[in-house]
Amino acid sequence: MTAVPVYWVAFKTILTKEILRFTRIWVQTVLPPAITMALYFVIFGKLIGSQIGDMEGFRYIDFIVPGLILMSVISNSYANVVSSFYSSKFQHNIEELLIAPLPNFIILAGYVSGGVARGVTVGVVVTAVSSFFTDLNIHSYGVTLAVFVLTSVLFSTAGFINAVYANSFDDISIVPTFVLTPLTYLGGVFYSISMLPTFWQQVSLVNPVLYMVNAFRYGLLGVSDIAMWQAFAIILGFIVALAAFAMWLLARGVGIKS
Amino acid sequence: MKALAIKDLRKTYRNGHEALRGIDLEVEEGDFFALLGPNGAGKSTAIGIISSLVNKTAGQVSVFGHDLDRDPSAVKACIGLVPQEFNFNQFEPVVEIVVNQAGYYGIPRREAYRRAEASLRQLDLWGKKDVQARELSGGMKRRLMIARALVHDPRLLILDEPTAGVDIEIRRSMWDFLREINLGGTTIILTTHYLEEAENLCRHIAIINHGRIAERAKMTELLRRLHTETFVLDVRDELSEPPLIPGFSIQLRDSTTLEVAVTRASGLTPLFAALGERRIEVLSLRNKQNRLEQLFIDMVKGGGEAGGRAQ
Repeated sequence: MTAVPVYWVAFKTILTKEILRFTRIWVQTVLPPAITMALYFVIFGKLIGSQIGDMEGFRYIDFIVPGLILMSVISNSYANVVSSFYSSKFQHNIEELLIAPLPNFIILAGYVSGGVARGVTVGVVVTAVSSFFTDLNIHSYGVTLAVFVLTSVLFSTAGFINAVYANSFDDISIVPTFVLTPLTYLGGVFYSISMLPTFWQQVSLVNPVLYMVNAFRYGLLGVSDIAMWQAFAIILGFIVALAAFAMWLLARGVGIKS
Repeated sequence: MKALAIKDLRKTYRNGHEALRGIDLEVEEGDFFALLGPNGAGKSTAIGIISSLVNKTAGQVSVFGHDLDRDPSAVKACIGLVPQEFNFNQFEPVVEIVVNQAGYYGIPRREAYRRAEASLRQLDLWGKKDVQARELSGGMKRRLMIARALVHDPRLLILDEPTAGVDIEIRRSMWDFLREINLGGTTIILTTHYLEEAENLCRHIAIINHGRIAERAKMTELLRRLHTETFVLDVRDELSEPPLIPGFSIQLRDSTTLEVAVTRASGLTPLFAALGERRIEVLSLRNKQNRLEQLFIDMVKGGGEAGGRAQ
């Protein structure tokens, strides 16, 4: 058997294992974001949103839908990889992969694809939930799909790096709690940065999540605070940088080999 | 062909601990090889390096002619590893653990499932295939790790304490299984704390102590170096003191049990003759210690000198 089919089989094995893992515990992985999003739509969309009025020419509930969908994609992609890879370290079953004749990029691709699978699954479920509250009209299928998947790849890779460094279960919740959640909430999910004073607009531009939320909003609604080329450049740049860093960590055996 | 060739293998951990201080070792294809040593001697580090779980500091490792630095994938493809600690996902069903491992070696799922079934049946685990691994007993978990290690038909099987915590009946059946695998052509390297296990199974032996190879020999040669063995004799009639027999050191353990140190030069015949003359009837005889154990203790204590000073 040549290397390519061998690697393909190995990649599929990791991906299948990851998909089985999160679907087996769907009550913990897929159901909660659907319930959380339904609450967001009811409270921020229907109850408070009706008092806020239009934003950038859209009803408030329609304006926040893209950000809320992407928020669940981000958190679930990240959570899937960080918890799965760290659990493999914790139970030592990461050794099953380390002793096998696999190049590191297959290990990374397998785990990241698992994160994307969960991100996309949850994203689709949340989108279905949102359709009960809004009329979704997709402005650009290409942009919507590209941002959806690329954002998931980016945060899955980030989750992988977090898991490589993690030495305890606390370490895998610190970044989501103290970094990811603030960045997401301040990334223009609930507001347009044009509402902010100039200084805070400039500060917001440092937040990479802002570019993803706006690009996704453009895909669905056709409006964005950010130019599309800029958003895609940022997303792709982060993916390349994080993937390169993750590969370097694997090659050095950081956190997984002594 | 050499199944394993190690040259000047060294490992110094980040905390400065020098676990391996230049190991040279060769294992022939088809051998059943014991790697022994006290806790912390460097056995698991050496196995970790061979199986790519630990980064070496210096030295060369080649497996069936494949160099670990130049062609790690070829080396990995040759090796099946049964580690000391349970290292599978405790929440996965048994069959999935084995099938997934086959998949990591590029074996397509249908074939992987067929092999997993064969492997699990051989180790009497097929009935537990859908059970989560955490629900298995300790012995079953050990057998699961062997089944997993064999699913890609490795040419070299490395077992790090495979029978630790396993009851004697299962241990014996595992010995039979390993002998069968070895007869089928698989080279086996075994570490164990049960020296009886090494003596029963292995043809060659290396002893690591303080990160160095203290001894490397044929098992039969090594056992011949044991100059003195201690035997325990159960006698029929009660004795108040040990019999005085020239050339033998005899102690009375209790009124019907004697401990006798017998040198290789004198043998057992004069002992039995002398006991017969004194009308002491022997009911049974056994070694006080496993012979290899006696040698091992001598070597480890003596920093590598074999035998001769037991007792």
